[in-house]
Amino acid sequence: MASKVTMRIQRFDPAVDKEPHDQDFEIELPAGITILKALNKVRAEKDPTLALRYSCGSAICGSCALKVNGHARLACKTQVSDCTIDGVMRVGPIGNLKILRDLVVDMDPFLESLGKVKPYLEAGNGSVPELERTQRPEEFLQIDPSTTCILCAACYSDCNVLAVDENFFGPATLAKAHRFIFDSRDVDTPERMRAISAKTGVWDCTHCGECSTRCPTETKPLERIEEIRTKAMADGFHGNAGARHALGFRETVGKRGILDENYLPARSMGFFNIPGLLSLVPIGLRMMMRGKNPPLIPHKIDKVDEVKKTFARFEELRK
Amino acid sequence: MKYALYTGCVAKGAGRENLVATYLACEKLGIELVEMTDAACCGAGVINEDNPMVADIMNARTFSLAEAQGLDIMNICTTCQGVHRKAQRKLEGKPDHMARVNDELERDTGRRYKGEVKVKHFYEVLLNDYGLEKLKEKVVNPLSGLKLGAFYGCYATRPPEVNDLENPDDPDELENLIEALGATPIRYDERLKCCGFPIAMVNKKNSMQLGGNAIVSAKEAGADAMVTPCPLCHLNLDAYQPDMESRVGRKLDMPILHIPQLVAMALGVSKEAVRLQTHIVRPTGLLAS
Ligand code: SF4
Ligand code: SF4
Ligand code: FES
Repeated sequence: MASKVTMRIQRFDPAVDKEPHDQDFEIELPAGITILKALNKVRAEKDPTLALRYSCGSAICGSCALKVNGHARLACKTQVSDCTIDGVMRVGPIGNLKILRDLVVDMDPFLESLGKVKPYLEAGNGSVPELERTQRPEEFLQIDPSTTCILCAACYSDCNVLAVDENFFGPATLAKAHRFIFDSRDVDTPERMRAISAKTGVWDCTHCGECSTRCPTETKPLERIEEIRTKAMADGFHGNAGARHALGFRETVGKRGILDENYLPARSMGFFNIPGLLSLVPIGLRMMMRGKNPPLIPHKIDKVDEVKKTFARFEELRK
Repeated sequence: MKYALYTGCVAKGAGRENLVATYLACEKLGIELVEMTDAACCGAGVINEDNPMVADIMNARTFSLAEAQGLDIMNICTTCQGVHRKAQRKLEGKPDHMARVNDELERDTGRRYKGEVKVKHFYEVLLNDYGLEKLKEKVVNPLSGLKLGAFYGCYATRPPEVNDLENPDDPDELENLIEALGATPIRYDERLKCCGFPIAMVNKKNSMQLGGNAIVSAKEAGADAMVTPCPLCHLNLDAYQPDMESRVGRKLDMPILHIPQLVAMALGVSKEAVRLQTHIVRPTGLLAS
């Protein structure tokens, strides 16, 4: 059954427009049509100047990511019928990248960000095998998700941290780092871990969950970021505020079952970081003025011994 | 109606007004609460990164404690709620893992998690168990004239598999609740964004920019105050608001309310009793009458 849909498409022609603007196209669409096909129908029937990128039409090449009703999706993998609200569907270019024209953005910053994590295998200078470098299936399973990335930048588009800090690695780049950190054939893992833990690196992600929610593949960057952080904690890369923050949780929850909110900020800053500690003073005073400061003698939960027993096996429970 | 109340850490520390307001609201509604004084921190997604196994045992422990009481869990923090649901989903999806977690749990506590307990946030209890129609009947002090921007934060909407929102990409639930309490919901661009709290101690500049942007967005859409189901969002947006003002270069003066405070006030509890005066950004003028 065909139905009439209003496609509200964001347009931008750098030669004419100062700002992007929406344009409505009313169009008859057959049931089951994808957004990509609908956009091509708009081009064929309404306006051939509409610019968009696509290639495979099968969720493989990663070139057709767009924002649909404000969230990044693959145009070729998404049905129009799933995205119309009261007969209207909004389509725009993906975010956090400069618009070149209509739905086409400049992908260079995204692709360049991948270069920050050496996105290639470091096999070392040892003997070169006659055929290929092999892995056992269980070794491959570790990197199976992160090898499925199609570089569509849907995650990059909706990442909350990238929206405020273009220097952040970004979700796809961290997933790419994961792909080599956990590759059994790579000899550079310690160096990769050091690089990603320098300053706040992998810990700059705020856990907003947008990347994994928008990712059209099994890459699911947030889960990969979590795995990198777990490895950083296990391998002793503790010299940054993110890792210290995690240690603060371990130390207080393991002892009392509940977080000590007085201890955590100082622990995260680092006990010898005097300027960092001083920077906590205004907020502390502010809270105190309102009687909001956490109790000075921290609580303990009932049956805390149960928790202590578990935390006593912390290293053993890492598997 | 009776629930095991999981307070989370913040309601016992820097956000005690959230717990106070929860008790007051539930008393008015006839919802009975049994506080889980023996439950541990959910790990806030942090312990899970440090050691996933320990985090799973801790959360299974919490669930087992509620099961022993025969009660479902009510959360008053969307981060706790999201972490709990994620943990449940992981355990339910991997029977082998669940068995191992339960063996470890039994070793330390003598209990096992059976997979029976449901975890719900206070607002889900109101929407799905109590019902908005019944809630409306109890409203004696409709918050008319108040324009409120719901700030969902991350865990309430993402990942979509672990929340009960009908349309997590464009939800209406909190707006419906605001309306039921007599106030006017304001929708604004950043209502589903991150408040920045998780990186407040890691990258303060980015954290302040995230929170600042959210408040600017609500302000420009005409909100008198923002209301959130997450005490961590509250902590960042309220306590750090002066820093956010410097970051975004403008005065914000945006009161940030906890959902239970809003509900309690609509049910006739005074603003002093829900401790609005303890907020860093004082809701002066708001609810003046
Ligand atoms: S979870 Fe982290 S990496 Fe993923 S989108 Fe959010 S901030 Fe970016
Ligand atoms: S991680 Fe997912 S969303 Fe990001 S570029 Fe790769 S496939 Fe696309
Ligand atoms: S056109 Fe190739 S992924 Fe959509």
